[in-house]
Amino acid sequence: MIQAPDLSLAALAPLLFVFGAACVGVLVEAFLPRDSRHPVQVALALVGTLGALVSTLLLAGTREVTAGGALAVDGAGLFLQATIAGLGALAILLFAERSLDPARSSFVTSAAVPAGSPRDRELLTSERVQTEVYPLASFAIGGMMLFTAANDLLIMFVALEVLSLPLYLISGMARRRRLLSQEAAVKYFLLGAFASAFFLYGLALVYGATGSVRLSDIRAAAVSDGGDVLLVLGLALLVVGLLFKASVAPFHTWTPDVYQGAPTPVTAFMAACTKVAAFGAILRLLYVAFGTSEWTWRPLIYGVAIVSMIVGAVLGLTQTDLKRMLAYSSIAHAGFLLTGVIGLGGGGGGSGLAATMFYLLTYGLTTLGAFAVLTLVRDGDGEASHLSQWAGLASRSPLTAAVMTLFLLALAGIPLTAGFTGKFAVFRAAIESGAWPLALVALLASAVAAFFYLRVIVLMYFSPPAADGPTVGVPGLPTTIVLAITATATLALGIVPGPVLDLAQRAAIFVG
Amino acid sequence: MSDFPFLLVMIALPAVGAAVVAALPKGRDELAKQLALGLSLVVLVLAVLTTVAFDTGGDRFQLTTSVAWIPDFGVNLALGVDGIALVMLLLIGVLVPVVIGASWRDEVPGRSMKAYFAWLLLLEAMMVGVFASTDVFLFYVFFEAMLVPMYFIIGSFGGPRRQYAAVKFFLYSLVGGLIMLAAVIGLYVVSASQLGEGTFAFDALRQLEITPGVQKLLFLGFFIAFAIKAPLVPFHTWLPDSGSEAPIGGAVLLVGVLDKVGTFGFLRYCLPLFPDASRFFAPWVLVLAVAGILYAALLAMGQSDMKRLVSYTSISHFGFIALGIFAFTTEAATGAVLYMVNHGIATGLLFVVVGMLIARGGSRQIRDYGGVAAKAPVLAGVFLLAGLASLALPGTNSFVSEFLVLIGSFPSQPVFTIIATTGMILAALYILLMYQRTMQGPPSGVLLVEDDEDVDPVPAAADGGTATATLTAPRRTLRVLDLDRRELAVVAPLVALIIVLGVYPQPLLNLIEPAVSATMSDLGGSQR
Repeated sequence: MIQAPDLSLAALAPLLFVFGAACVGVLVEAFLPRDSRHPVQVALALVGTLGALVSTLLLAGTREVTAGGALAVDGAGLFLQATIAGLGALAILLFAERSLDPARSSFVTSAAVPAGSPRDRELLTSERVQTEVYPLASFAIGGMMLFTAANDLLIMFVALEVLSLPLYLISGMARRRRLLSQEAAVKYFLLGAFASAFFLYGLALVYGATGSVRLSDIRAAAVSDGGDVLLVLGLALLVVGLLFKASVAPFHTWTPDVYQGAPTPVTAFMAACTKVAAFGAILRLLYVAFGTSEWTWRPLIYGVAIVSMIVGAVLGLTQTDLKRMLAYSSIAHAGFLLTGVIGLGGGGGGSGLAATMFYLLTYGLTTLGAFAVLTLVRDGDGEASHLSQWAGLASRSPLTAAVMTLFLLALAGIPLTAGFTGKFAVFRAAIESGAWPLALVALLASAVAAFFYLRVIVLMYFSPPAADGPTVGVPGLPTTIVLAITATATLALGIVPGPVLDLAQRAAIFVG
Repeated sequence: MSDFPFLLVMIALPAVGAAVVAALPKGRDELAKQLALGLSLVVLVLAVLTTVAFDTGGDRFQLTTSVAWIPDFGVNLALGVDGIALVMLLLIGVLVPVVIGASWRDEVPGRSMKAYFAWLLLLEAMMVGVFASTDVFLFYVFFEAMLVPMYFIIGSFGGPRRQYAAVKFFLYSLVGGLIMLAAVIGLYVVSASQLGEGTFAFDALRQLEITPGVQKLLFLGFFIAFAIKAPLVPFHTWLPDSGSEAPIGGAVLLVGVLDKVGTFGFLRYCLPLFPDASRFFAPWVLVLAVAGILYAALLAMGQSDMKRLVSYTSISHFGFIALGIFAFTTEAATGAVLYMVNHGIATGLLFVVVGMLIARGGSRQIRDYGGVAAKAPVLAGVFLLAGLASLALPGTNSFVSEFLVLIGSFPSQPVFTIIATTGMILAALYILLMYQRTMQGPPSGVLLVEDDEDVDPVPAAADGGTATATLTAPRRTLRVLDLDRRELAVVAPLVALIIVLGVYPQPLLNLIEPAVSATMSDLGGSQR
């Protein structure tokens, strides 16, 4: 008789909420009349993400392995799931903004119509809006949440695909500059497929070496015969696949193009949520499966962190497009996050896990906010993301400039903003575990990166406004909510970070 | 009385005030100024009351408050002052109202001046915080956060090359600050390994026994940050740009207070926390200090831009302060602290007066002025007094401190002291040359106008001979007004302080001396 695996439905509630909302969304798309779809889909996606957020909070303190050992529900997983769900809800709000673009949405009405065709021009002015993005985004959010909870390499791979495929799609659905957007989608898909292949190959090698895909079994095998070439090679390939998703240099080449081409709300979504999910998986893989044989991955992560920080900070200097600049910023921040990963400490007692989780939260909020500001500044051809167009923005719209300044200062890691608290936490973790040269490189990279954030502030405040500059749109309710939440959180986590740091500290436990 | 949280209020009040001023509706610049001035005067009163409440024979740190801020990092909102920090608070209290008064009529086309006053208040809050912190993390937070208001003051309200200057200022300080952050975390890790629990509290960190190798690294982390801030010579290139491009108010606070954070940091953090490393690196620091005194003085002489010139003189003076600190005698270090105050007053006044001259002529170049003294004797007089104080003429405040530094350094560092003394001669040269070129001699430069219409037409018509004379050689006079009442009110307190502290510095010395002695005993065996 085949024993059905035990399923703790309560512990899976966050995932069920999001996947449920996504499935119902597909049905809504099929059965509801077009006119009433948009509000229903938005509501559904929000119910899914917020429900997930609430249920993760209710589950706080749970520590169990369920679904036949394939899923881990633990403090770290729940913290990251809550982060993803919360940031996902904010991203959904950005998707739902209807008052900024004259065409009422950032998404193309019908993605199948060739760009530039007569039908495309016709649709450009139509009031129809795309609603398939909501279930797609919900699936992606669900995949991300599954990714951070996977206690099994196969589940991790499934989650990787579930989160990736919808992202490939929605990054090609920009309403304006469609060819750029489609190019981004193809590029993301092709390189993403490579990364998935790496991951799968690594999975096969690790299975070959240890005879199991379960993280706890791999740990046991790694302890007993850690020197196995097959195992180390497999780990390296797995990590490469994950680092790709986390846009860590040298696996970052897709990031600037995709961030630039994708519709800005989608970019915000990817920059915030994908980063959290990918790092969640990296942390789980390295800490749970390889935490006791740290030497297998420490040199690799150490080197990649340095490369990523330097590439992100230095190439960020040369960018003239804000979205590309923020993309390089995200590469640099991925490097900073890896310094936190290094801070695992002997026997997992270090503060690296809590620090990295806190950093993910602050980075997600700040970068989501920064991209939200980007959607406000527009000219006749959509968003005005070229740096020169932002000259003198402060005199045109002081509030927008002030909010953007806050986000940029936070990204640069200036004290009294969330970015500083996060940076301090990860650097402390790194130095505590003896990686002070890495922390020193990170500090210098922060200084270099600060230059390009400052340059935007200089442009907004100290340059005279251009004559035919862009206009600053008045955001509707959804974007206003997003900006209010992200700005408040960025400030609050800089001034009174205590409670959240404490939460991260208490949640920093992996089971498995 | 002493239970009143003076320090907390002195930080919170201007910070809240800054938010209020920034939130005032457009066009209420007048109200913004009045509010800013009022608040800064309240802070001055609080600083004076703090001094009254301070017991010079009491504990090292007084008026302490400590509230847990970020328990996970072991960070406390710990405030407290010793005599050194206290005199800096007094200096801030005096300079900020002066700066607000001096900026009263400043206009920048296309900008709302209320933002300027809001930034000034925020800067004041940060400056108080940086001196009043007794927690190294808190100190770092203020140290870095202080950059933001100054960045906006330079970048939004400065001269033609303000963008360049603002970014250069920010990046230099940020790089220094980040290197310090590494050392701050390093200290924390050391404290965690020795005390069992990591801490940033200054008093606990002072007790640590750090191995020499680690001490050297941590010392360098702090030292580089402070040497950029102070600035010592190879790290100084940002100051002339920032000092000359900043609006006058910003420039006064920049060299008067912000740069003092560097020298204050040497004394508060480098010496007590890393005594062995301090002694190890002292010869090198002294070389930088003395080289800076001479090099910056020579550069000052070569400047044609008055604000740049004053900036270079400050770099030269900071060399003296560093010399006093790293000579490791109580006398010299006391002199150095007094120097920090006196330099703030003297150079502050010099910047203010130069600003008033620039406001009249619209040019920062020395060659654009000449013979101003004839038309504006009071302006010239104050200019001369500020200059003399800057070159440490006996009878002015700076003489006391410079003399103390030199006489205190001589027993331990005779060679460096003798070389440094030549800096005084150069100081006389660069100040007096500037004074002579702008104030004395025949009237010339941008303030000169062809003043036919000023010549009373009636006597000219009555006397045919004079009329033809004016026609053939039109009379040219300076059109320059002397200081008005507002400007007199702005310079008066500083002038008074220069003279009073020149004659009777004892009260300040009484405040400073115990704290310096405590620092020197941390250093151990200071008197050789």
